[in-house]
Amino acid sequence: MTTTQIDKPASSALLSRLKPNLETLPTLAAVAIFIGMLIYGEIAYGRIMQFSTISNLLINNAYLIILAVGLTFVILTGGIDLSVGAVIAISSLVGVMLANAGWNPIVVIVLMILIGSTFGLASGVLIQYFNVQPFIATLAMMFLARGLAAILSTTPQRLEDDSPIRTLSTEWKVYDGPKINDLVTTPNVLIAAVVVIVAFFLLHRTRFGRTVYAIGGSEQSALLMGLPVVRTKLLIYVISGSLAGLAAVVYTSKLGIAQNITGVGWELDAIAAVIIGGTLLTGGAGFVLGSVIGALVLGLMNVLVTRDGGIPPEATTIITGGILLAFVLLQRVVVSRKRKT
Amino acid sequence: MAATEPIVEMENISIEFPGVKALQDVNFRLFPGEVHTLMGENGAGKSTLIKALTGVYKIDSGSIKVAGGPRRFTGTADAQSAGISTVYQEVNLCDNLTVGENVMLGHEVHGRMGINWRKTNLAAHDALVRLGLGGLDPKAPLSSISLALQQLVAISRAMVTNSKVLILDEPTSSLDANEVEGLFAVIRRLRDEGVAILFVSHFLDQVYAISDRLTVLRNGEFVGEHMTQDLSRGQLISMMIGKDVDTLNSLGSNRGRAVHAVGAPYYSATNLGRQGSIEPVDIDVHAGEVVGLAGLLGSGRTELGRLIYGADRPDSGDVTIDGVATEVHSPVAALARKIAFSTENRRDEGIIGDLTVRENLILAVQARRGWARPLSRREQNEICTKYLVELNVRPADPERAIRNLSGGNQQKVLLGRWLATNPELLILDEPTRGIDVGAKAEIQETIAALAEDGMSVVFISSELEEVVRLSERIIVLKDHRKIGEITNGPLVTAETIVDIIASEGSSE
Amino acid sequence: MSAPVSRQPSAVQFVTRLFHQPYVWAIVALILLLVINLTKNPGYLGVSVNPATGNLSGNVIDILRASAPIMMIAVGMTLVIATRGIDLSVGSVMAVAGAVSMEFMNNAGTGSFGTAAIAVILALGISAVLGTLNGILVSIVGLQPFITTLVMMLAGRGLAKVITSGQNTSATNESFRWLANGTVLGFPVVFVIAVVIVAVLAALVRRTALGLMIESIGINPKAARMAGIRPVGILISVYIVSAVLAGVAGIFSTASVMTVEVAKTGMTAEMDAILAVVIGGTSLAGGKFSLTGSIIGALLIATLDKTIVYMSIPSSATPAFKAIVIVVICLLQSPRVRALFNQRKATTTSTRKEAVSA
Repeated sequence: MTTTQIDKPASSALLSRLKPNLETLPTLAAVAIFIGMLIYGEIAYGRIMQFSTISNLLINNAYLIILAVGLTFVILTGGIDLSVGAVIAISSLVGVMLANAGWNPIVVIVLMILIGSTFGLASGVLIQYFNVQPFIATLAMMFLARGLAAILSTTPQRLEDDSPIRTLSTEWKVYDGPKINDLVTTPNVLIAAVVVIVAFFLLHRTRFGRTVYAIGGSEQSALLMGLPVVRTKLLIYVISGSLAGLAAVVYTSKLGIAQNITGVGWELDAIAAVIIGGTLLTGGAGFVLGSVIGALVLGLMNVLVTRDGGIPPEATTIITGGILLAFVLLQRVVVSRKRKT
Repeated sequence: MAATEPIVEMENISIEFPGVKALQDVNFRLFPGEVHTLMGENGAGKSTLIKALTGVYKIDSGSIKVAGGPRRFTGTADAQSAGISTVYQEVNLCDNLTVGENVMLGHEVHGRMGINWRKTNLAAHDALVRLGLGGLDPKAPLSSISLALQQLVAISRAMVTNSKVLILDEPTSSLDANEVEGLFAVIRRLRDEGVAILFVSHFLDQVYAISDRLTVLRNGEFVGEHMTQDLSRGQLISMMIGKDVDTLNSLGSNRGRAVHAVGAPYYSATNLGRQGSIEPVDIDVHAGEVVGLAGLLGSGRTELGRLIYGADRPDSGDVTIDGVATEVHSPVAALARKIAFSTENRRDEGIIGDLTVRENLILAVQARRGWARPLSRREQNEICTKYLVELNVRPADPERAIRNLSGGNQQKVLLGRWLATNPELLILDEPTRGIDVGAKAEIQETIAALAEDGMSVVFISSELEEVVRLSERIIVLKDHRKIGEITNGPLVTAETIVDIIASEGSSE
Repeated sequence: MSAPVSRQPSAVQFVTRLFHQPYVWAIVALILLLVINLTKNPGYLGVSVNPATGNLSGNVIDILRASAPIMMIAVGMTLVIATRGIDLSVGSVMAVAGAVSMEFMNNAGTGSFGTAAIAVILALGISAVLGTLNGILVSIVGLQPFITTLVMMLAGRGLAKVITSGQNTSATNESFRWLANGTVLGFPVVFVIAVVIVAVLAALVRRTALGLMIESIGINPKAARMAGIRPVGILISVYIVSAVLAGVAGIFSTASVMTVEVAKTGMTAEMDAILAVVIGGTSLAGGKFSLTGSIIGALLIATLDKTIVYMSIPSSATPAFKAIVIVVICLLQSPRVRALFNQRKATTTSTRKEAVSA
């Protein structure tokens, strides 16, 4: 402030080049961590940087990517959705039971997504119209969904192997590598990719998306600017719920089993993916592509933990929690640094 | 001034909040191509009037006409779509987005692939150029530019929506002189384009520099509408602070003008300051002395009080209390050194609404004793009885929730809370604001009696008469710094202080 | 609470005061649940005395036994919520406490009283550490309580699994088992301990100034700071108390079966705690709290759990019912619904006032 600003445009252009660096720092950190993990894994255990591992990483984490995309919308506005894991449980249970009862698979899939939308809408209404704190509203939805799932069944429900829903996890060989090192993909991965692209378009190329960011920056300002805050906030919870429903479709088609305790703790994974990917927990800044990286970091961590064998698999939630905390702290540092400049 | 038909006409507007008449029969009109200033002290009803116009508050009676026809807006967005935009003091933009995005939010230019950012940024650039801000890069993050520029961005945004009326609510309170000039250049440009501008401020110099016409409000009532050039500074100030204090004057001053300012001061601070809040100030307070802090809203009077108490951490200054060098950088430390501070922000920083009068009264004493040594019920009752009677709190029911008391009685309870700590130095920030005349007189009497008993008092008030009546010495503040210090005497009146403030401004 | 002058007959006064308590509806609901059970089985409320041991037995005693762990976490949660916080980690801390004690006793091999005592101390110690971590992250670092304790909720469960290597671990120790299955004066030990702990805690917050300070911080943190209250110590303390009480609850619930089921012990306990708190009339927005209310809430939940089993509804469905109750209470507390009620109330109270003045 003390330096004389003779050349304003130049200095602000310089600033604009510097600033995003501070903003994208967490995302870049996530990319660096991902690459670091790849290299470390390759050196320590081998067979990490190859087609089959990468293919499996995507195939196994397609559901998590979808969940993380949904939560990106919510967290960008400064909200939270704790119900996604439980929504997957009820949605997949209903789906498997209806499919086994002979319902049309398309109808079943649509219903599974709509179940998610309904829970999201309920959360949104509670939050927006009845001033319930987001975490309380979605926590209630979490227990409601889990409880309803338990009423349906407490035993694993197996999707019949010839169910058309399972075709979503058909493996397509994209590139035939040596031995088993093939680049493989499934319709599920493509679904996740489409979700990511659509989300990216919505967030960056539509007024709805800009409103999401504006609400996260300052809900008060967004209201005063005359933006449709109420509608947008309702919609983001519906999106999060619907994507949880879609994640249930993807997960069920891959595993072929649904159970009332499916998805316990996945809300943490999804939140962690979003936060690791550089979205501020307090909202207003972040990237949907970052969340994809975040999901892959978590997925790769699971792979490495399994390969290592020395770390008990039970410890993964501790590691996930630790990483999440570390990134939330990093965000606080970055934000306070930004305030000062 | 070219136009003869007002674009906004508000007549006999009244708004009542529970227990308070926020606006009473206020008239206001605004013509295209003029800058019309709304003036008044804190609580005069300036913001309320604006919110009545934009529909944030519902009016209880009166009529609002816009462009000749009656209108009732449902909120800011509704008013905006009718061409009435508001730019607030605390800039209502999103600092996580870029300049261009902020200007165009909700009006982005669409292409085949959703928003076309190149065209959107071009449109933003055009809007900025219109205000002479062509040098501003639309792609720069909003947080990278100064608050003054952000304010101009907010105005650009208002112009994108083709506003006919632009309301600027205290836009200059945190700008420096150059920045204010930049803002004024933009305002003049828009005025010449025919935009009607409603400017809210309490800075006299600025009002004289920019406005064509002004309306003064006081205590929710309409005082007058004048062309700026027809009104002297002195006249304007007396319109703002009012002469309805005769009732209080008739009480007379309770104490002689005894000069206590001899010998070593009880409290002494040199270079006490905090960046962005108040420039370093020297202040001495002797035992039994009332030192007044006078100045208009935003002069730094409250900030100085908060620094002395440690509510904000000072970043410079040496403090001596009773001859001992010390540091006060938290309320806990202040209480330990027998300093008490009664805030002007009664609701947010004073009362604990859901607790009872008794609990509110004993809170500071209890906090100083620590949680493990609770006041016995008997001690609590003693404190309650003493201060409820002494301060004449009504109803004198210690078990009533404090939020159910009137403002004046809440204020008395808060005063009691601090007196119960037996402070040696008591800082009172606007202890008489927003309360009825009777309670006001009672509080003033109490303050005088306390000083008589040897307590040092720092008294902050927007009512200059009140400061003059109670204080032995008066520190005059303006624009976040101390501009003078006078010893009170028979010749000192509110006008004296007004002159100091007014002349200081014009010499700049 | 004791008004010096009573103008009304004390019985009437007592009833009117009771009806002004926020938890009066919880009592009504509790009675209603018992009546439902009674209609199904008229002898439901019967308590029999075993002549040989002097132990009491019956459904009511079972409810008291089951309410003990819920009481523990509900009381801790009450204090946390009163400061505008939340503790989602209580269920996981229960699992950790259970895992630590079972694993220790399993490895110690001896079933002596000393082993049991060390197990209890270890379990409560690690709970306190987890609570301290929560408290520091919330008060000093300034993280949102829900995200801090959410991480602890999931990481804590992981920790419990790591401690037991993912196995459900059992141990044999009669002293430890006595905690859950023994009796004192005919009453279950867990219930007696719970009552004692609650009494001590209630005395601690209400006989000192702690309660007042907690409420001040919860109602208006800024004003509390200006009045000279230091929030950090108080915040850390309430999270420690919450975690230690969750540890006690974990010991209670593992002692009865002498097994810790790492995936099940304390599962959804945080919801029971939150539910008990809101039923007891403490607002989720913080501020004024009622320990009595939360205890009644805990009793109500224990009764509800038992009734659901009694009605042969699968017990895993109870979270759904509880979630609905939470939603309903949140709705009732919301400004929108309140405004609706107040409109209607305004007319009735004004007539009542006239009646009083007349």
